[in-house]
Amino acid sequence: MIFSEWVSIGYLISASLFILGLKKLGHPRTAPAGNQLGAMGMLVAVLTTVADMHLEGGAQWTLIISGILVGSAIGYIMAVKVEMTGMPELVALFNGFGGAASALVALSESWKYIENDDLLLPSGLELEVLMVAAGLSALVGWMTLTGSILAMFKLKGGIEIFGKWFRTPTWGPSWLNYVKVSLTFAVLALIYLSISDPRDQEILFAIILISSVLGIIIVLPIGGADMPVVVSLLNSFSGIAAAFTGFIIGNSVLIVAGSLVGASGLILTFIMCKAMNRTLPDVLFKSFGGTEKETLTRTKVGSDAEEVAMMVDGAQKVIIVPGYGMAVSQCQHQVKEFADLLQERFQTEVKYAIHPVAGRMPGHMNVLLAEANVPYDQLIEMEDINPEFPECDMAVVIGANDTCNPAARSGEGPLAGMPIIDADKARTVVIIKRSLSVGYAGVDNDLFYEDKTMMLFGDGKKMMNELNSAIKDL
Amino acid sequence: MTPELLVGSITLFVLSIFLGFELITKVPAMLHTPLMSGANAISGISVVGALIGANVAYDGGDTLVSGLLAFLAIVLAMINVIGGFAVTNRMLNMIAGKNKRKEG
Repeated sequence: MIFSEWVSIGYLISASLFILGLKKLGHPRTAPAGNQLGAMGMLVAVLTTVADMHLEGGAQWTLIISGILVGSAIGYIMAVKVEMTGMPELVALFNGFGGAASALVALSESWKYIENDDLLLPSGLELEVLMVAAGLSALVGWMTLTGSILAMFKLKGGIEIFGKWFRTPTWGPSWLNYVKVSLTFAVLALIYLSISDPRDQEILFAIILISSVLGIIIVLPIGGADMPVVVSLLNSFSGIAAAFTGFIIGNSVLIVAGSLVGASGLILTFIMCKAMNRTLPDVLFKSFGGTEKETLTRTKVGSDAEEVAMMVDGAQKVIIVPGYGMAVSQCQHQVKEFADLLQERFQTEVKYAIHPVAGRMPGHMNVLLAEANVPYDQLIEMEDINPEFPECDMAVVIGANDTCNPAARSGEGPLAGMPIIDADKARTVVIIKRSLSVGYAGVDNDLFYEDKTMMLFGDGKKMMNELNSAIKDL
Repeated sequence: MTPELLVGSITLFVLSIFLGFELITKVPAMLHTPLMSGANAISGISVVGALIGANVAYDGGDTLVSGLLAFLAIVLAMINVIGGFAVTNRMLNMIAGKNKRKEG
């Protein structure tokens, strides 16, 4: 291979672009450039590969070009068409495709020897590397695919089959953890067996099947606020799968890019866990919420929109605390209208308090509110806005619960130590929520029962509309 | 894979993992999702493996199924790559773009 040196240099350029891209993606100012550098890195990698094939001669152009075109078209259409509210699901789905692609490359490599008996198997170390790498790539890749698809449906909240809506279940007794561990060891044992019998189809299918089941039972016990952590972890997995695939075909750029994503994805997963005061083992092995929910013993009389509208009149400073409920009812435009009304009619200062894990994904609130044209400088992160609550006339909590539950400060219970939005320190608090029911952590929220708190019971969009028209009628 | 190549590959693997750990330190929460999505698009690098696999396998004639599996891998990886970068770009334009327009 006379051109192989050039290919290596092309891959080196591509890997460097990925490194710079990832680095820049972590800072707000440079993030768009980071994304473009990453895309350029990918372009260089693909062009290098294709150029190498061309120079080698006899490439399967029809297959290759049609594959690239079909995939690009589908990906582009999906990315452009998706509503910003559906974006977390799409990220999860893309992630699954990435894992599946790595696993399919592994399968394709192993299948060559199964469908063509004349093809000479490598021997010794070469065979061991091939089978171990293909096996691990299959394990991680198929697990990523099934796990990500389940995560996508969990983010959607359910699945529609023949017009009937089924809620995605969250189920995970503690014995399931032993099943996860045993299945992982089973796959590792099968990989070991496959080295001595590389042409055995049954081993291959067993690996695929068990890995797929593993992906499902890893994601099944996890729900609600922990979903972002799992999607981030699956993202890390899809990188690792790509790196293992790199070992199968001895390709440097796959190994570098894959392990970069694997490692940085894992760090991001830890950062997300930390923001929720959870540890990764807790997220993965303790089915959180759902099992031990506190039963409600107190009641609170709801307020109506007119009452709240009168309270808003005269408020100098209002802080809006959006949460999961805003994402579910998709009322970001109504929220923006509410803020505009306050600013126009009462010259009220309006800010938004963004909890790091509010919504279905970190940054979800930022994206939703940006979609509704809320100025970026009004979105304030938790640490910066918390000191402003004592001087704030009204905190308007829209569909958030655990992220502003004062129980977190007590140091006891599931929420212990989680940083929260200090909405309870505002002079009055308005909470828009469907009921008094406990949040994801299953802890009752004292804030609801305080005298200064007004509850507006109802769907976020409906209540915001009522509130806006009540303000207009004042 | 020769022993030299294997050791070289493992070296790359381990060093890249260390680099990946160092690359991401403090990331503001609003960038978590775009970062995840952008990193995810990079994991679509398996498209290179799929391209090579498709080229080699399909060429064999007797390995039609392998070729088709690799073709499917190209399609899925390209969805991940193009879709991933495009959706990340959309998100970042919404988060950071608004900010820039306001300043300008």
